[in-house]
Amino acid sequence: MTVPMTDIPSPPRPPQKGLVTWIWQNFFGSLGNSVLTLVILWILYKAITGAFTWAVLDATLAPATIRECIDAGGACWAFIQDKWRLILFGTYPFDQQWRPALALVLFLLLVIATCIPASWKTQERKRWMFGLWLVGILLIGVLMSGGLGLPHVEIRFWSGLPLTVLLAVVGMAACFLASILLALGRRSSMPAIRWICIVYIEVIRGVPLISLLFMANIMLPLLLPADVTIPNIVRAQVAFIMFFAAYMAETVRGGLQAVPDGQYAAAKAMGMGYWQSMIYIILPQALRITIPSMVNLFIAGFKDTSLVIVISMLDLLGTANAAKADPEWLGLFIEAYVFIAAIYLAVCASMSWYSRRIERRISMRQQH
Amino acid sequence: MMTTHRPPIIALRNVNKWYGNLHVLRDVNLEVSEGEKIVLCGPSGSGKSTAVFTINGLEAYQGGEVSVGGTVVSERDGTAHDLRRHVGMVFQQYNLFPHLSILENCCIGPMKILKVSRAEAEARAMEELARVQIADQALKYPEMLSGGQQQRVAICRALCMRPRVMLFDEPTSALDPEMVGEVLDVMSELSERGMTMIVVTHEMGFTKRVADRVVMMEQGSIIENLPPEQFFDRDLANPRVEAFLNQIMHA
Repeated sequence: MTVPMTDIPSPPRPPQKGLVTWIWQNFFGSLGNSVLTLVILWILYKAITGAFTWAVLDATLAPATIRECIDAGGACWAFIQDKWRLILFGTYPFDQQWRPALALVLFLLLVIATCIPASWKTQERKRWMFGLWLVGILLIGVLMSGGLGLPHVEIRFWSGLPLTVLLAVVGMAACFLASILLALGRRSSMPAIRWICIVYIEVIRGVPLISLLFMANIMLPLLLPADVTIPNIVRAQVAFIMFFAAYMAETVRGGLQAVPDGQYAAAKAMGMGYWQSMIYIILPQALRITIPSMVNLFIAGFKDTSLVIVISMLDLLGTANAAKADPEWLGLFIEAYVFIAAIYLAVCASMSWYSRRIERRISMRQQH
Repeated sequence: MMTTHRPPIIALRNVNKWYGNLHVLRDVNLEVSEGEKIVLCGPSGSGKSTAVFTINGLEAYQGGEVSVGGTVVSERDGTAHDLRRHVGMVFQQYNLFPHLSILENCCIGPMKILKVSRAEAEARAMEELARVQIADQALKYPEMLSGGQQQRVAICRALCMRPRVMLFDEPTSALDPEMVGEVLDVMSELSERGMTMIVVTHEMGFTKRVADRVVMMEQGSIIENLPPEQFFDRDLANPRVEAFLNQIMHA
């Protein structure tokens, strides 16, 4: 679509502007701009060459010892080559680590299949997707925990990347559902439900996540009968869900408020009950509006799983810390952090890329 | 007054409604027989839309009784909810569901509320859409259509529920003038098929052609309830009707 910006005829322009002219006008148009451009170029040059020298030119690959690394002066990738399995899979039995690896690959494939819009085109494909997820989750469970001939691995040995993914995925899925219920409750016409939701949301939002994790870890066992023991991971997970559900509920509430009253009236006039109108009419619209802020929360939540380190669980950050404690490599830590930062970045960047894609898709479908 | 032999399909008896201290419906009495077409008019704020909304329970009322097909409309015992599926509603702002295609807009009610199969619902929807010349747009989304087309779809959406009564709340007031005709044509055609209709509108040409009775409201009360030939007869006219008609003719 081309819309003329103004009715005033634009001044005659040279018929063709080359790249050089464009750069010259935009970056060196005035003295101030020229200085700024040069300073930024210099900073970029320093940063990029510095990083490149450290990560590539002066880097040391295996086989090497810490001595050789320090002499070379750059990144000690030999350390990562030695420790990557510890960082990725933590305390999971070493000879069984193909299992969490396979589980992660399986999960990634499921996610990719889910993210392809064509997977949801027909009713039949939808049923297939649900089936795939069901089978996938069962398989992942068996791989991680054992059974079908695989030796049992206790849940407390699950660590590293699988633990981070588990906390994030189960947490986000549960949060998503809980936040919808909380947001609907907060807008309920029944005062008791409304007030419970308001108090819950306000109290939980007013408390730091770390303190909730501590509480879940220390106080929850005190409140339960002595013979009931809940694994660490479940306690952390519950604290997590409680915390993010409260935040997400406010996002969902914003979306619900953005749906025009006419939509509620139309659904009601048609004869839909409360849940039908929410499920088929209101929530699909409200949740579309909230995609950007929802993904924002997912990204924050994914990274905040690393806070479980305070209750001594070994997620990806925990295993990276464990790796740097090895006396053989003592003094090295940047490499481990760069390694896990790359993993976090890849996941978060994919999430935000995908969310922009679906936003574009929805607006294109509905408006053009 | 017309004498009706069948029991009324819609009956409002001494209906009263307040918004806080504001008395928006005052002892409203109205009976509508099966197949009758009622046009409801009156100055803005006279309570005509509110009266229509009480019929399908979108607005609660505090005194009196509204019944549809002999059942009293009440939110408390759930009758309002059950009755709505038999009472089609067309809104001023169309209120199509923007996240659903035209076809899905028409199918969702029959499928989810009447539990009709998808194939049956789609066949029904395509039949209704074809009647209003929108069948070729069935896979588009509401925002891609003009206002007139959207309102025609909204009528189809209501008709797909196979209602016994159709309510129209100012169906042409939000439309550009050149699109009013196409929507009124659909409504006229519907009236010829014998649908019971209550239409809130200021389209007096349409009223003369289609209405069996014209009901005028003012300040929450019904002040006139006459067949169109008497309603528009200047010699008989109530001065308040005359004043109102003069106003909307000059608007």
